[in-house]
Amino acid sequence: MTTSFKPLRTGRPKFDPNSIFWRNMQTFANNRLALFCAFVVLLFVFISIFAPWIAPHDPNETDLFRRLQPPAWKDGGTWAHVLGCDALGRDILSRIIYGSRVSIFIGAAVILVATTIGTLAGLAAGYLRGWVDTVISRVVDILLAFPYLIFAIGLMAMMGPGLGNIILALAYKEWVIPCRVVRGETLATREQEYVEAARALGASDRHIMLKEILPNILSPVVVVSTIRMAHVIILEASLSFLGLGVQPPTASWGAMVADGRAFILESWWVSTFPGVAILLLVLAINVASQGLRDAFDPRFQQ
Amino acid sequence: MSLTRVIERLLQLIPVLLGVSLIVFIMMAFTPGDPVDIMIGDQNVSAEQEAAMRRDLGLDRPIHERYVIFLGNAVQGDFGQSFYHRRPVSEVIVERLPATIELTLVALLIALFTSIPLGVIAAIKKNSWIDRSATVFSLLGVSLPGFWFGILLLMVFAVHFNLLPVSGRISYSNQVEPITHFLLIDTLLRGRLDAFWEALKHILLPAITLGLPMTAILTRVTRTSMLEVLRQDYVTFAEAKGLSRRKVMFRHALKNALIPTVSVAAIETGSLLGGNMIVETVFGWPGLGRLVVESIFVRNYPLVQAAVLFYAVTYVMLNFTADILYTKLNPRVKL
Repeated sequence: MTTSFKPLRTGRPKFDPNSIFWRNMQTFANNRLALFCAFVVLLFVFISIFAPWIAPHDPNETDLFRRLQPPAWKDGGTWAHVLGCDALGRDILSRIIYGSRVSIFIGAAVILVATTIGTLAGLAAGYLRGWVDTVISRVVDILLAFPYLIFAIGLMAMMGPGLGNIILALAYKEWVIPCRVVRGETLATREQEYVEAARALGASDRHIMLKEILPNILSPVVVVSTIRMAHVIILEASLSFLGLGVQPPTASWGAMVADGRAFILESWWVSTFPGVAILLLVLAINVASQGLRDAFDPRFQQ
Repeated sequence: MSLTRVIERLLQLIPVLLGVSLIVFIMMAFTPGDPVDIMIGDQNVSAEQEAAMRRDLGLDRPIHERYVIFLGNAVQGDFGQSFYHRRPVSEVIVERLPATIELTLVALLIALFTSIPLGVIAAIKKNSWIDRSATVFSLLGVSLPGFWFGILLLMVFAVHFNLLPVSGRISYSNQVEPITHFLLIDTLLRGRLDAFWEALKHILLPAITLGLPMTAILTRVTRTSMLEVLRQDYVTFAEAKGLSRRKVMFRHALKNALIPTVSVAAIETGSLLGGNMIVETVFGWPGLGRLVVESIFVRNYPLVQAAVLFYAVTYVMLNFTADILYTKLNPRVKL
């Protein structure tokens, strides 16, 4: 039965500036602030990729003569170390530049893993219904019962620190969010006529889920994952701050803020600048993703 | 909503709570580092003694039996011994709880008393500078990492202006005999206004830090729902009847606009639990959150296990309360 079915669409759809997608992209582009913030996010990504060429110093190079050296514009500061140095004499700007790798890589990896798993699980639950839906929804309910950070902290305590473990600890719960969105959208979409038509033509469940339903529910998934990215970055920084994240000497923004805590009486710059970096990136992602949501979600269009 | 519906909803929580307990059990059962080894440390212990300890802790039994025993004990509030304190885990947790609850409640109060007026004014004066600042504020509030915001507050108010204390709940000289274990209440009950003032100064910065994301979210929720209510016919009608604007706002609009705020507040109180760990660490607050973080580093796993379970159950109950509140306040929704 499944072999007799041939998809009606062949090849990739041609670029059509009047398609809903491009119209939405234009709406997004008209939102100057969101566009600027998207640019800022891309700038952070660029910095993280090219960190070795951009950073003025080796982020792990210590020099006790430069211990707690203030930023350039303060007495005792030098332009060689614009944002000053930490307690081991390491250049703070270089560490912030390298630290962006941890935040962005973990943020992107968690969102990628969680969105993939969540989307597949949500499609299966919403389309297949029955026991598949029951099992997935129960697991979702149980995971939702844990406060996020506490769940991640418990997992990190169990698995120990490390890059892979942080990604796992955050993705374990994060997939629930795209899963719920996709399940809801799938439930609404599976009753649509084009899905019924595909079913009548003998398409397999897999084909219907991945080729018919998925492309049509993709935009809310993308919007939700960009919004969640900001959240995941703050969570990663919080874990690092508590000492449960990436281990030293690897520079990560949360751990840098924690390092500076001991020196807030005299050397405010050690904690302040890494925090500014977190704030800027998270703020830019939040504004840009709100712009995306406004452009792509008809419920927010006025 | 009838009582039977509430009971029905409560019964639906049972599978969730069982799942939660199973996950917490698995989390700790597969934690590297044998609890007996940790207890022994570098003391000299014979193999028989070690086997006896293992038997005492039930570690020699198959894993599913251990889960059933864990569950049975947990229901009775028995989470075993804290290796580190050499006392029952539940005792240590109960001791730390008042500090955390007090901090959470003050954070909640600050959040409610800032966000509701701000959200309402922003909605009434839509597109004014107040509205725009409220929008910027709520965006900042959800983007600021709590641990960093706390440190900034410390640098400004405790270090630079020297107005507020850096850490702790109260200074040693001002300790009062506990009654409720909530310092703000105990100091008042003992008639120690100076100590009350000091406790208040200690709790201010941690509570502001903890409450900030919630304030930001509630401001946005209040503004949106107030705007929606102001568009409703009955508000226009009340105004057309010639009621004063103040009366329309407070007697008609606000009452309905606050329904979503209240239920979001109940849900967000659950996320304050997670924030506790960060804020208590930053401000050296002697509550449960900081205890959990410290316990992880000394591998005091029974305590971490009990605390994670405790947080999750509290979270589930808060969400349940949010559901009930929402239906109670909003007659249009049927549970």
